[in-house]
Amino acid sequence: MVGIAAFGGYVPRYRLGPETVGWNSPQERSIANFDEDSVSMAVAAGVDCLRGWDRRSVDGLIFATTTPPYAEKQCAAIIATALDLRRDIFAADITDVLRAGTTALKSALDSVAAGSARTVLVIASDNRAGAPRGDTERNLGDGAAAFLVSGDGVVAALEGSHSITENMLDSWRSAGDPFVRSWEDRFAAEEGLERVLSDAVSGFLRKQGLSPQDVTKVALYAPDGRRHGQLARKAGFTPEQVQDPLFGKMGNTGAAFPLMLLAAALEGAGPGQLLLAVSYGDGSDVLGFRTTEAISGLDPRMGVTGYLGSKRQISSYETYARWRDVWVTDAAARRPTPASPSVTALWRESDKNLRLYGATCNQCGYVQYPAQNVCVNCRARDDSSPLRFSDQPGTVFTYSLDYLAGTTDSPLVITVVDFQVGGRMLCMMTDRELDEVQIGMPVEMSFRKLRVVNGIHNYYWKAIPQRTTV
Amino acid sequence: MRGIKDRVAIIGMGCTKFGERWDAGVPDLMVEAAYEAYADAGIDGKDIQAAWLGTVSSFRTGQPLADALKLDYIPITRVENACATATDAFRNACYAVAAGIYDIVLALGVEKLKDSGFSGLAIPEAAGSDVAPAVPPPSQFALAATRYFHHYDIPYEQGKLTLAQIASKNHHNGTMSPKAHFQREVSTDQVVNAPMVAWPLGLFDCCGVSDGAAAAIITTPEIARTFRDDYVLVKGLGLSVGAYGIMRNDWDFVHFPESVRAAQASYQEAGITNPREELDLAMVHDCFTITELIIYEDLGFSPRGRASEDVEAGTFTLEGELPVNTDGGLKCFGHPIGASGIRMIYEVYKQLQGKAGARQLKKAGLGLTHNLGGRPGSFTCSVAIFGARD
Repeated sequence: MVGIAAFGGYVPRYRLGPETVGWNSPQERSIANFDEDSVSMAVAAGVDCLRGWDRRSVDGLIFATTTPPYAEKQCAAIIATALDLRRDIFAADITDVLRAGTTALKSALDSVAAGSARTVLVIASDNRAGAPRGDTERNLGDGAAAFLVSGDGVVAALEGSHSITENMLDSWRSAGDPFVRSWEDRFAAEEGLERVLSDAVSGFLRKQGLSPQDVTKVALYAPDGRRHGQLARKAGFTPEQVQDPLFGKMGNTGAAFPLMLLAAALEGAGPGQLLLAVSYGDGSDVLGFRTTEAISGLDPRMGVTGYLGSKRQISSYETYARWRDVWVTDAAARRPTPASPSVTALWRESDKNLRLYGATCNQCGYVQYPAQNVCVNCRARDDSSPLRFSDQPGTVFTYSLDYLAGTTDSPLVITVVDFQVGGRMLCMMTDRELDEVQIGMPVEMSFRKLRVVNGIHNYYWKAIPQRTTV
Repeated sequence: MRGIKDRVAIIGMGCTKFGERWDAGVPDLMVEAAYEAYADAGIDGKDIQAAWLGTVSSFRTGQPLADALKLDYIPITRVENACATATDAFRNACYAVAAGIYDIVLALGVEKLKDSGFSGLAIPEAAGSDVAPAVPPPSQFALAATRYFHHYDIPYEQGKLTLAQIASKNHHNGTMSPKAHFQREVSTDQVVNAPMVAWPLGLFDCCGVSDGAAAAIITTPEIARTFRDDYVLVKGLGLSVGAYGIMRNDWDFVHFPESVRAAQASYQEAGITNPREELDLAMVHDCFTITELIIYEDLGFSPRGRASEDVEAGTFTLEGELPVNTDGGLKCFGHPIGASGIRMIYEVYKQLQGKAGARQLKKAGLGLTHNLGGRPGSFTCSVAIFGARD
């Protein structure tokens, strides 16, 4: 039985909302911090999905997004390393289309069904940008969802799928364009969304010999809240059958959107329910899943719902504009331009930087980050075992608030973190409010983008105030 | 181990005006310091048999010193040991004389920081993966300040005031130091209310970023006697280099082991058992006010956790029991990185000779310099002790 064995979600901590000066909307939407992107959010969702799983058991990773940081260079490889997956896995990026998330999920289900892999991790993540103060910007959100597709132990089994492919320029973004563009929305809605999604859903139900009433919840893509209600009605669903699309709380998260809604549906589901994920973009994919008895036995996870509840509205739209480089400020001009990181060093230090491996000394048991040739405690040479710190909780031992470092979120919070398992690390703190930073505060590690120099997106782990409550 | 005590002597020193030396390039600074030292010793450049050039970022080799001073094909070694560079150049020069290899040598430290166009330190790091947080120096020590306040349960306002008293004291001393970068009084209110640089450290908790150079002519005591009566003897030279970074969870961040070890080594060589009583003055590495506070305890001037009380009591003022940073320290004299260690020695030398002008101490027979490079957990610390000839 092929299906979903585990799932996870990620929503950034920050929101534009009623308390945000200059946002001028009663609606909330999620926004990635300045150091987050589709790759970093994908790692967070992957961590959430794999809670309680042996990460080395994953045989493949498919990453879906319309906002990859690289035009040439695989993102799945970065994500797989940060998630500490094995080296002998299949990995792919599926990009450029809004329905990339369901495409990735369907590909993973197909490869498991075909027997080419036992477990494949699928992560969809997006942080699309609309032009400042436009409708698109208002309706978008940032976030990610992850699914572990497997041939056994599934919490939701695949019932079937149906796809339509139809060339359509209703929204698009050319290479080099910062913002999503769209055609007149009445045309796009009538000849695009409504027609295509109705055909896709009815096609799926016909194929399965089902009627709309048989569906428990539908995780349905739509660009905004108003369209979402219309589309659900047109497809024949009652309001009770429609998974809350989270407009006004999160927003349209692009390629991740239907998958995040599916994850949210799974979070609230009991056994025996039929859940539909319906995507849109140059056609549509419909995937139907039936939950199993195992759904109630899954380890606790944050999920989309948990992360949605862990939030903070930013104080001003100006902050958001700075995060997106729409508003270029002088802050970074205080320091010399950084040189390109050495690609050789990045490659050599991959275990230390991306997997966040420290070590436990095999002689004396001392835990240390980073791993040393000579033990910091007993001087044993080259005799230690790797220890992954990325999912280790810690507390702040000391900190400073640096007004000279020239980061986007000045002052930069520099911390020394003591991990519960042992080991101490000097790291930056992000997703922080200054009034919550104090000695002894609980923190966890989060994968973030440090900076882009020479076209190289340099990622590393930062401390964040504890968000995980499971 | 014979140690260095009374085996080498200083017969001449020079020090440029420190500050924003827009007028001077690095060669100008080196010439200014060296020729003052020549004149003070009564020698000529041709008398120098070997030289050690300390600089962190101005040059990569010793050759530019030969170029500036037209030294005659003599051996020159460039020394770099972070902010402790100059003292280490001096230390190596002393050892060469003590070993009997040379009779008269030059140690010179120089730094040109103000050509960078940036107000803070702007020294490029070596290329690497560039993922380690680029922590500017103020934050490195702010980490210690935050922890110090927490560790000893000192309320923020009280801790800030103690640090302000240190800055204010050094500014006061600076007003009597014609070569200092800054020469004006700063009140504790001004220090406390200054803009934040790296919380809890504000602008006046930080030392100046300056250009400057300082030089010393070193020889044996026997030869020194033929030059002058008031030569100054080296009594101890300690250097300690940290190896553990911040990796050990058991390090409290409120003491710097490198300072403790370097001081112990130097006290042992000099035969000092009670530094607070035996020393007449100390020039310490007050790159930030919190650093000076912790140094008081690391060097054994104050008991652990009690330095604030000594600051309050005025122990380290010019009139106090143990004057510290009589020339204004890094805070006011300025901090051209590769020159500062020898600038500290310059002040001790002048005090021991009774030539320190308005800031001259009544009793100055034994003085100390403490020069600290690097960052908490990974310091290079040099402590040197000097005595007037018996």
